[in-house]
Amino acid sequence: MAQPAGPPAGYPSHNGAGQQPYSNGPVANQLMHPSDGQGYSPSVPGSYSHQTPAKVPPHQSSGQYNYSGSQNVSQLNNYQGPGQTLNRPPVAPFSGSPVQQTGPVPQVLLPALQNSAAVSSAGSFPPGASPPVLSNWQYSQTPGSQPVGSQTSHLAHVTGTGSAQPPSSLSGNTNPPGNYQYAASPGGPPLQNSYMKPGSAPPPVTQPLTPLHPPSRPPLGPPPVGGPPLIRPSTLIAGPPNTQSLLNSAANREGDATSAASDGSVVQNSYDAIEGGGLMATPHPSPAPPNLKMNRSVGYSYPTLPPGYQNTSPPGAPGMQASALQYPDGSKHFHQPALGTNHLTAAMGGLSLQQEGLRPVNLLQERNILPTTLLKAPVPNLHEDIQKLNCNPELFRCTLTNIPQTQALLNKAKLPLGLLLHPFKDLSQLPVVTSSTIVRCRSCRTYINPFVSFLDQRRWKCNLCYRVNDVPEEFMYNPVTRVYGEPHKRPEVQNATIEFMAPSEYMLRPPQPPVYLFVFDVSHNAIETGYLNTVCQTLLDNLDLLPGNTRTKIGFITFDSTIHFYSLQEGLSQPQMLIVSDIEDVFIPMPENLLVNLNENKELIQDLLRTLPQMFTKSLETQSALGPALQAAFKLMSPTGGRISVFQTQLPSVGMGALKSREEPNQRATAKDIHLTPSTDFYKKLALDCSGQQVAVDLFLLSGQYSDLASLGCISRYSAGSVYYYQSYHHKHNPVQVEKLQKELKRYLTRKIGFEAVMRIRCTKGLSIHTFHGNFFVRSTDLLSLPNVNPDAGYAVQMSVEESLTDMQVVSFQSALLYTSSKGERRIRVHTMCLPVVTTLSDIYLGADVQAITGLLANMAVDRSVSATLSDARDALVNAVIDSLSAYRSSVLSIQQPGLMAPYSLRLFPLYVLALLKQKAFQTGTNTRLDERIFTMCQVKNQPLVYLMLMTHPSLYRVDNLTDEGALNINDRTIPQPPILQLSVEKLSRDGAYLMDAGSVMFLWIGKNCGQSFISQVLGVPNYGSVPQNMTHLPELETAESIRTIAFISWLREQRPFFPILYIVKDDSPLKSSFLQNMIEDRTESALSYYEFLLHIQQQVNK
Amino acid sequence: MESVVFIFSLIDCCALIFLSVYFIITLSDLECDYINARSCCSKLNKWVVPEVIGHAVVTVLMLISLHWFIFLLNLPVATWNIYRYIMVPSGNMGVFDPTEIHNRGQLKSHMKEAMIKLGFHLLCFFMYLYSINQQSTS
Repeated sequence: MAQPAGPPAGYPSHNGAGQQPYSNGPVANQLMHPSDGQGYSPSVPGSYSHQTPAKVPPHQSSGQYNYSGSQNVSQLNNYQGPGQTLNRPPVAPFSGSPVQQTGPVPQVLLPALQNSAAVSSAGSFPPGASPPVLSNWQYSQTPGSQPVGSQTSHLAHVTGTGSAQPPSSLSGNTNPPGNYQYAASPGGPPLQNSYMKPGSAPPPVTQPLTPLHPPSRPPLGPPPVGGPPLIRPSTLIAGPPNTQSLLNSAANREGDATSAASDGSVVQNSYDAIEGGGLMATPHPSPAPPNLKMNRSVGYSYPTLPPGYQNTSPPGAPGMQASALQYPDGSKHFHQPALGTNHLTAAMGGLSLQQEGLRPVNLLQERNILPTTLLKAPVPNLHEDIQKLNCNPELFRCTLTNIPQTQALLNKAKLPLGLLLHPFKDLSQLPVVTSSTIVRCRSCRTYINPFVSFLDQRRWKCNLCYRVNDVPEEFMYNPVTRVYGEPHKRPEVQNATIEFMAPSEYMLRPPQPPVYLFVFDVSHNAIETGYLNTVCQTLLDNLDLLPGNTRTKIGFITFDSTIHFYSLQEGLSQPQMLIVSDIEDVFIPMPENLLVNLNENKELIQDLLRTLPQMFTKSLETQSALGPALQAAFKLMSPTGGRISVFQTQLPSVGMGALKSREEPNQRATAKDIHLTPSTDFYKKLALDCSGQQVAVDLFLLSGQYSDLASLGCISRYSAGSVYYYQSYHHKHNPVQVEKLQKELKRYLTRKIGFEAVMRIRCTKGLSIHTFHGNFFVRSTDLLSLPNVNPDAGYAVQMSVEESLTDMQVVSFQSALLYTSSKGERRIRVHTMCLPVVTTLSDIYLGADVQAITGLLANMAVDRSVSATLSDARDALVNAVIDSLSAYRSSVLSIQQPGLMAPYSLRLFPLYVLALLKQKAFQTGTNTRLDERIFTMCQVKNQPLVYLMLMTHPSLYRVDNLTDEGALNINDRTIPQPPILQLSVEKLSRDGAYLMDAGSVMFLWIGKNCGQSFISQVLGVPNYGSVPQNMTHLPELETAESIRTIAFISWLREQRPFFPILYIVKDDSPLKSSFLQNMIEDRTESALSYYEFLLHIQQQVNK
Repeated sequence: MESVVFIFSLIDCCALIFLSVYFIITLSDLECDYINARSCCSKLNKWVVPEVIGHAVVTVLMLISLHWFIFLLNLPVATWNIYRYIMVPSGNMGVFDPTEIHNRGQLKSHMKEAMIKLGFHLLCFFMYLYSINQQSTS
């Protein structure tokens, strides 16, 4: 799979690609042993492509960075036999020192010391070399014993960390490179070694005071302590004195990136490259250097592997690897001076940076603000070493990457503070820890995470409540490196996303088996639509792929005005149907055999699925008793818990939970008095009952007429299910919907599932969560009850600053999801994110994450439209833009300029809000049906941010002239990268073909005069007129154009777990209106164009 | 006769005070995570109607017995109680809805409301007590 060192047997890889269990036991260690070197570096280049085949640019494509050495180094890692003992991180003077002392240790002390002195006296730059030097000094007690040329010689080493090291070299020459690890920038001038990690340059005097325990972590928080906080730590523009030009500093940075990415994984490289490469200066780069494409890959490249360990660790020390980069700074005592120095750098470099990040953009003048590549999340302004460990923004994202210190400051900024989570996302690599004790804070129960601080070897301080905890004995042993006494190098402390195998304390009852119950509507109306055929066939095809184990149970219920159960007792020749007609007081006709073991009764089940569609073809029953059927399903499931999948095609009309039609087509236009609230609390109550019994209900609504999704949706919303809606489903009249159902159902059936789950979101003392968005039931203040959790669900929370965060440099957030996997294991998935705290308004704007803000606002607007009215919600959205921009104008901008000024980070804010206003959920006008509107609202609440953004603001590409220029190369496939175009008809040309990617659907619009070559070479038809009306597939032709187009489309599809259907749209297609509706920048009958909207905002802002 | 009115009001007021205290205790239990939202809300919703009635009765009684000042004092609170009860959306499970109570600071506002009511009822309690004294002395 993705990793050379696959998961040891016994831990079935849950996520598809490899997970790596770590365990404390000796056995597990042995298992891990062969992979020690790689254990933390699963992303070896070769394997990498598996993980994110899509977005990973080839190594070379990130070309602007020099990767020299990283490859070598990674290979070197392989050499590192466990037997090699030189596991001393250059900066970790005390750990693993014995070998050092014995071995011939080259001493670089004197020159280095001099150098550091010189540099520091020059007062300009952190004397990078000093800590290692000092450590040498301490250890070897033979200062200067081995003169090591000049610094330059070491620097020449540069890549030397890797390349220069023969595998066999034990201690002899390992040290110097280790010492100069950070200097290892290709071609860097001598002084570059001064680019030591901030925090690493202690005044020599302090040396003797070094404590007797291994180094602690780099300082949390933005490096400048008490300095201008705006400054990004990585800015090196000021450079070392005299000699360093900008170029040099850039080179320096490259070096850093390289070193960070030392394991040779492209992912890491890209991550660091982005971080170090001045991206911070422009959080939203609008031009698209090829490597920016990597944002996705960054997403996937969850740093399982502490980045860049190889430079720091001399070969032969597997144990080191994990830690080396992480703790480059030497012991904690060294922090302060270093912080200061870095601060200095930052102070010098930061000025220009800040201006870049905060550069006001006149939205009325700058027409092309839309980046041509997908927008990526801003990188928090944290110390690089911390940031490397930070949680992947696709999993955990905050609207403000700089957290305001007080609520007053937050109020002033007029931006919402909140988190967007995608906690159960399918990950290609996920470290799994098996350990009998899970280390947690004793007072707030936070799981130990990379952002805690170790006071010494035996104590750690919680980063959420600041309580000092003991490190349990067991935690002292590191199963990855098999070294004792390095608790800070355990996987728990090296990974912001990690999964624990939970011991029995985390179970209220034995883990439940996977139980699936399908409830089908078989009234006349339902049979008319013909959905049962599709569903049964898809189910039949995927029966073996249902996630589960030998205990998996399955059952079926059908209903019209009565409820039908199916006994699948072993020994029966065919399934036996039991009809319950008493729908007022539903009972279960027989105690067992209604839910049966899937594996033992597979034939009977397949038999039932084959016959089911034919059984009701003559049914004339038009009533629908959905409420009683759900009650029956709940009763059947309540002993075990599990998943109920309900297929409904009309308004429930009899029994409990019967509903009346509330839609009045004439009133659609007024946006007033439309029924967005549920009409009864029956479904809500039932959902809460389900939630209590660990049952989730997923609703598939396939209906032509109004079915009151607002009421029905509650059943899924509060039981943590999901809602699917297929408007006007019909097997003959609407074949496109049939395909959509097939594809989505397949994903639904086969995707990962977690049962009886709860999720808790904790945050640093002082912050509090006050509102939750998503499908679940909030059981107590911070505990979300999720009977089922699926990888396609996203959640959002709003936060406030309760107590001011004075004296805190950083705050952390942790989400912990406890669930039972389909294999019957209890697991805990923990994500931790760390963000800096700032005190000024301009910093807040600098760190604003416009996509997250838009996502959170959309969630808030859904709430508002339900609790108040739709027009209130629309006003609130517009006001959000006006308020934040006028706050920016009045408080941050010193010079009042004409026009509509927005901070660079928020330049897309008006556009995205306009997109929200034009989205089905919030648009006005008569063309949205009520159910459709409510379904879109459900999606807003339940979708992860990435898909929500695509749904709101789709990407438009021109595809008739794809070239290989700037293309990605993945697995020998060439994937063209056309630029993203603005969503305006003016960008469309009649002689082109355009692809619009709206997340769950794609449109390929063919212009009337589209080039003949595209039509024949890609669509495979002779001319425009013969393009079929309902075409949803591109033929695979042997032409270059076809290969390119298909490669691009399938690349887009591979990035998401579901399968977006491609509609080919001509000028006369019925779908043309859906396509044009997404042209957000254009004017429509009831909505403003983008420019008009800007003018409106400007008017309000300048009031 | 007057004293009977006040003695009844006093008893009623005591009941309302107890009810307010019960609301506060239950809500703070929820805040501290001792009970879950579902049971908290079903407990509280049971007592919403008795509270409305209890308070409305005193208010009406004061109107009938022509104690204008006390009537006007009680009127806003009684109106608020009734308004709150009537305005519950159709899909909600009562004034206290378990799915909403943790959102948008509802728990806090419920708590604040219960506190204010407790204070108000205490005030009324002493007012009735004073009135009884007045009656008996005169």
